[in-house]
Amino acid sequence: MTNARPGLPEFDYIRPTGLDEACRYLKEHAGQARPFMGGTDTFVRLRDGVWHDTYLVDVKHLPGMRTIEFDAAQGLRLGAAASMNQVIDDPAIARHYPLLAEAARSVASFPLRTRATVVGNLCNASPAGDTTGACLVFDGLLEVHGTGGGRSIPLRQFFLGPGKTALASGEIVTALRLPPPPAGAFGHYLKLGRNALSDLAIVGVTALGYPDPSAGSGFRFRIALASVAPVPLLVEAAAEVLCREPINETTIRAAADAAMAACNPIDDVRGGAEYRRRMVRNLVRQAVTDVWQRLLA
Amino acid sequence: MAQHTIQMTVNGEPAVAAVPSQMTLMECLRERLGLTGTKCGCAAGECGACTVILDGEPVNSCMVLAVECEGASVRTVEGLSRSGKLDPLQAAMITAGGVQCGFCTPGVLMTARALLDRNPHPTDAEISEALVGNLCRCTGYLPILEAVRSAATAS
Repeated sequence: MTNARPGLPEFDYIRPTGLDEACRYLKEHAGQARPFMGGTDTFVRLRDGVWHDTYLVDVKHLPGMRTIEFDAAQGLRLGAAASMNQVIDDPAIARHYPLLAEAARSVASFPLRTRATVVGNLCNASPAGDTTGACLVFDGLLEVHGTGGGRSIPLRQFFLGPGKTALASGEIVTALRLPPPPAGAFGHYLKLGRNALSDLAIVGVTALGYPDPSAGSGFRFRIALASVAPVPLLVEAAAEVLCREPINETTIRAAADAAMAACNPIDDVRGGAEYRRRMVRNLVRQAVTDVWQRLLA
Repeated sequence: MAQHTIQMTVNGEPAVAAVPSQMTLMECLRERLGLTGTKCGCAAGECGACTVILDGEPVNSCMVLAVECEGASVRTVEGLSRSGKLDPLQAAMITAGGVQCGFCTPGVLMTARALLDRNPHPTDAEISEALVGNLCRCTGYLPILEAVRSAATAS
């Protein structure tokens, strides 16, 4: 009989006092221990029996993990445990990366976003992550700490497959860095869910556009797709069309077709592959048109 | 597996509980502290029936470990009324008919209380957006939205 109210499986809660201690613990218990911050994905996967860790290492209290800092030269440093609601409320993010706040606002509900984190969203490596596209189009870089010290991983090299990342055993992401945004940039996140708010993306399209006199069209775009491939996708082919040729309805259509050709969706409970492909085309067309109109305004 | 003794402030009163690592705040409130107003619906952060206010912010208490709440301040539906007087939101829910089976009501009240605490005069769109994570299968939501609207107007 199905248990109508399954609790979490047994595990030990570990609260290290420093980053090195946390990494050492994770390394020594590789395969059995997992770092967590808000837990909004971790607890669900443990309960569903997808993950079987016996140690959960709480890293959100470690120094700097919840800090959000912006500097005009360096850009944004978003502590890994900063919550989505912190991101939505942060004045520097609202001013310089409003696209990130827009994407975060589309995630689940306010109470869930009190706990959920952008970096957790990235580390889950879900192809459907709502904030992943914004982090990709802003050219994000992850600060990582391990038992051998620190390193950086460009976000575009981070995702290896559904739930699989470039993190090695004992490594923890401590922050996301976004370089200063391109001057005059506008972005838009369009999410197709089963309802207008709060649902997981059937298809998600993130578009960022900005003026660049060195581009043939005078503009450059970066376009990311969610939920239509094993990993979050940056579609260079679509961006290329909008860089090379004067932007108009025809080239926007061509870019949308290129995005549709680049994606590789599956059939699942939220939508069919063919439906998703066509929605990629429609939503890319709509997102790029919206950004384009704001660039011209 | 490890047991932890945690101390919290619950509805203004000190509370102590012995909890295993994997016990959620929702389970701790219900099973250790006897505060069964907080409901377990989905246990996955989707339905909002277990919403409580943790250190001033609304959370799905099924998505928080009790052991994480050492030293925290928790407000549950039991702590809404003061000295036998209903919170204006509770009174408005009764007047508007926002309660039918009642299972979602504690979570709705806590999410709405947190909304009005941070934004005393929300627009209709802001009320709807704030309550998007509180599922109600009875009312069709309109009486609930009306209750929040009228509590905000009255305050």
